[in-house]
Amino acid sequence: MALDTSIVGRTYTASRPYEVGREKIRDFVDAIGDHNPAYRDPDAAKQFGHRDVVAPPTFAIVITRETSGQLITDPELRLALHRVLHGEQRFAYTRPIAAGDLLTSTLTIDAVKHSKGMDILSTRTEIATVDGELVCTALSTLFHRPEEEA
Amino acid sequence: MAAQVRYDDVEVGTELPAQTFTVQRINLVMYAGASGDFNLIHWNDRVAGAVGLPGVIAHGMFTMAEAGRVVTDWVGDPGAVIEYGVRFSKPVLVPDDDQGATLEVTGRVRKKLDDRRVEVEVKAVAADEKVLSQARAIVQLG
Repeated sequence: MALDTSIVGRTYTASRPYEVGREKIRDFVDAIGDHNPAYRDPDAAKQFGHRDVVAPPTFAIVITRETSGQLITDPELRLALHRVLHGEQRFAYTRPIAAGDLLTSTLTIDAVKHSKGMDILSTRTEIATVDGELVCTALSTLFHRPEEEA
Repeated sequence: MAAQVRYDDVEVGTELPAQTFTVQRINLVMYAGASGDFNLIHWNDRVAGAVGLPGVIAHGMFTMAEAGRVVTDWVGDPGAVIEYGVRFSKPVLVPDDDQGATLEVTGRVRKKLDDRRVEVEVKAVAADEKVLSQARAIVQLG
């Protein structure tokens, strides 16, 4: 069954803050093979004016994982991960994510559309410090093939 | 010290140094672990085939991350990338062999904006197909 627009405005909030660690950033940049010293060496990051090592621009996806998971497993939406394709992704930063940040995230379903038998979900996830400073807004478009047509 | 590239030194059309990335299954396994995205279509041929794909495909976010390196390597300070967005236009098929896939990434300055910022357009090609479209970054220059 296709998703209807009654789910627009639905929100999902992470159960606990995400603590950004130097080693987690290192694992991530090892995986993408990126040797920029600002990700790995606190002194190099300080040379650029950062408090500690920073995360690459796409790292925010890791922080959105919990709320994305809540969306995908929401029983009322009847989504399934293997029927979901990532259509678009955008990150807008007010400042870079750095090691030591304690970040909350809230995902909001902004829009639902339908095209060629697919549900098209637009989501917005706001990532902020526990003190309420907005750090990053992550906008995603997800294509979902409803079960009947799988 | 902020970005190493100075706003006054670039113009519309300035090209960023191009890069070529090899993508093998090991990279997808590492990315799955580091990102927490264990969707089976990114490492399991059986499941990828069952959902109609020709084989295992790279995480879109992995491709986006690699393409972004052309921008962050150019500017030096990754924190200078204020916005980065892409549309995933084609999947990157990653065969289970010693070659893997090849991702060729180029970038150019598309617009000069206010406050010493520029918009960079990124192009990423694998197997002669554009795998990202409307891939753009807003970068704060020095």
